[in-house]
Amino acid sequence: MKRAGFTTRWLPMLLLLPQLAVIIVFFYWPAAQAVQSSFYLEDPFGFGSTFVGLDNYTYLAQSTEYAKIARFTLVFTILVTFFSLALALLLAVKADKVIRGAKSYRTLLMWVYAVAPPVAGFIGLLMFNQSWGPLTELAKSFGWDFTLGVNATDTAAAMVLVSVWKQVPVNFIFFLSGLQSIPKSVREAALIDCASAIRRFWDVTFPLLAPTGFFLLIINITYALFDTFGIVDTLVKGEPGNNPMTLVYKVYVDGFRGNDLGGSSAQSVVLMVLVLALTVVQFRLVERRIHYT
Amino acid sequence: MKKLTLGTAAALTLMANTAFAETEITWWHGMGGALGDTVNEIAKGFNESQDEYKITPAFKGTYEETLTAGIAAFRAGEQPNVLQVFDAGAATVIGAKGATVPVQDLLESNGVDFNIEDYISGVRYFFADADGKMIGMPFNSSSPVMYYNVQALEKAGVTPPKTWEEFQSVTAPALKDAGYIAMTQSHLPWIFVENFMSRNDQPFATNNNGYDGADGTKILVNTPELKAQFTAMADWKEKGYFEWFGTGWGDNQTPFEQGKVGIWFGSSGSFGGLSKQDLPFDFSATYLPYWESVTTEPKQTFIGGAALFAMSGKSDAENKATTAFFEYLTSPEVQYMWHRETGYVPITTAAYELAKADGHYDRFPAAETGILQLSLDASENTAGYRMGFYVQIRDVMNREFGRIFTGETSVDDAFNAIEKESNELLARFAKTQN
Repeated sequence: MKRAGFTTRWLPMLLLLPQLAVIIVFFYWPAAQAVQSSFYLEDPFGFGSTFVGLDNYTYLAQSTEYAKIARFTLVFTILVTFFSLALALLLAVKADKVIRGAKSYRTLLMWVYAVAPPVAGFIGLLMFNQSWGPLTELAKSFGWDFTLGVNATDTAAAMVLVSVWKQVPVNFIFFLSGLQSIPKSVREAALIDCASAIRRFWDVTFPLLAPTGFFLLIINITYALFDTFGIVDTLVKGEPGNNPMTLVYKVYVDGFRGNDLGGSSAQSVVLMVLVLALTVVQFRLVERRIHYT
Repeated sequence: MKKLTLGTAAALTLMANTAFAETEITWWHGMGGALGDTVNEIAKGFNESQDEYKITPAFKGTYEETLTAGIAAFRAGEQPNVLQVFDAGAATVIGAKGATVPVQDLLESNGVDFNIEDYISGVRYFFADADGKMIGMPFNSSSPVMYYNVQALEKAGVTPPKTWEEFQSVTAPALKDAGYIAMTQSHLPWIFVENFMSRNDQPFATNNNGYDGADGTKILVNTPELKAQFTAMADWKEKGYFEWFGTGWGDNQTPFEQGKVGIWFGSSGSFGGLSKQDLPFDFSATYLPYWESVTTEPKQTFIGGAALFAMSGKSDAENKATTAFFEYLTSPEVQYMWHRETGYVPITTAAYELAKADGHYDRFPAAETGILQLSLDASENTAGYRMGFYVQIRDVMNREFGRIFTGETSVDDAFNAIEKESNELLARFAKTQN
């Protein structure tokens, strides 16, 4: 086997340099600063500071509220990831079968992708308005007295709903292209072998979609953990109150709203470790069972 | 020919500007919407009143965002000359000695005759240090007041309650029978904790309500008096006298504007907004009720809102410009204009006298409520409070109060949690101050 390579050593280095510089300036440097300031309690203006060792971390570990927020984030992430993937898969499978007007269907389904998270949150705010929101009215007609911003469970439901709505189109695009890349011969062979559409889906289509699904799983977990920030912020109207919140939003609340630099740095370090661990687990365990074609 | 004249004129103007060498200063604030327009009007008025200085205001988002932007800019050496900081951020900005020039020092060193007695009693000491030196210039000062729907109270056959005892035994049942929600409110920590302490003459924190320093300051909220207030409110909610629409300000004000609510607790600064709307009823305002069982001598309230701080690290010429701006801002005419347009209280007695002489309160009696309430009897508990990480402490209060009113927790558990978490935050804040 012929190995392609560079003849000189400095050329690859040089080509890598711009990218490395970007990563160092925008990731490693701030990350190192966050780790450093997580060991201090510092006056936000930068006049006084006290080295407190691991105090900021033990404070988090002992906080029942932080544990509550972590539990909520876990449930929120599972729900958002599951429903975004499941709904998108269902829509993609159905859209794949549509022949007439396929393009208009697909365009309509992808449309929401272009909506920015705060805008999605704002639309949610209108839909769930306490006195005249259409979705509030709908819930009421089922006997559910839905009150956004008052009842924590209702607010959580709205957060999940808006986050799922916002993410389904992304997953839909990937699933649809995944479906369309399954060779026609394989589908036809399956059609001859088995009459049940459901069996054909689980035995043939689903495994062939697994690489796409795995990629989307990572993307969706990251989305639910981090990118829903704008939705959460808009739906709670900037007032945490008794509303549920995610870990990322808590970093913002303590760091940007409350100017507790040490505490929020410790929280972001916790999140960094969490993401690292998550990525390792996903690639080590989940990817082993997936066969790329 | 005409073109040439215009060109010459433009060139002359440019030259004129450089010749005057205006000192330019910046002002970062958190006043959006109609308030922002009035802020711009003040800046414009100042720029037109003289030709030595020019101030440029910039809207930086919410109060929290404005403070954070100011801090980030300070650390980068790019701070504005004037920064607006809100009540809950007072401990942060005043604690960072060296971040600001105390406004009293600034004025005095620039030859302005400063006398704190010129200011209305309730606004004097909130943004002052332990010795009573004014650090931040009170700007948009407001106090919580009780607004009421005049027709609703008439229909129920009651007058505005003076005490909470009267509210729960007379006013609220009558309003409920007349088909109204008796009361809503828009800010539980500010109105029902901070100003509860002041109105009912209760200490809010150790160390002289926190003014004597961050070290060892402990919050004093887990008291039978304050718990009784919230136990009563939970009970009123059960009985249909009180409704809570979440932590957001507007969600609780809207039902009042829709005429569904008899009494709404808001800010004296809400007056401007309410009177500009076409409400389906007449409204008026009066003092916050007090508990007769707690005190028979109710006191004044203190200001909320925000103050303007002169940031340090600026040249003498710029500080002089800032001084000139503060002088302009505190002049009776400007204060009266601000008061009239927004409903925020005028901060000086002279401005208040001007508003009175102009007949403002004959036309709008409710506009005077805030000032009158801020000028009631004072005590050692009415200056305000100085607690660090207070934004988070308010967040903790809002969270627990929300849980009380949604039945997720009991009053006792809520106050235990507030006390514990607040004291942890205060201890953490004290460590940032070394």
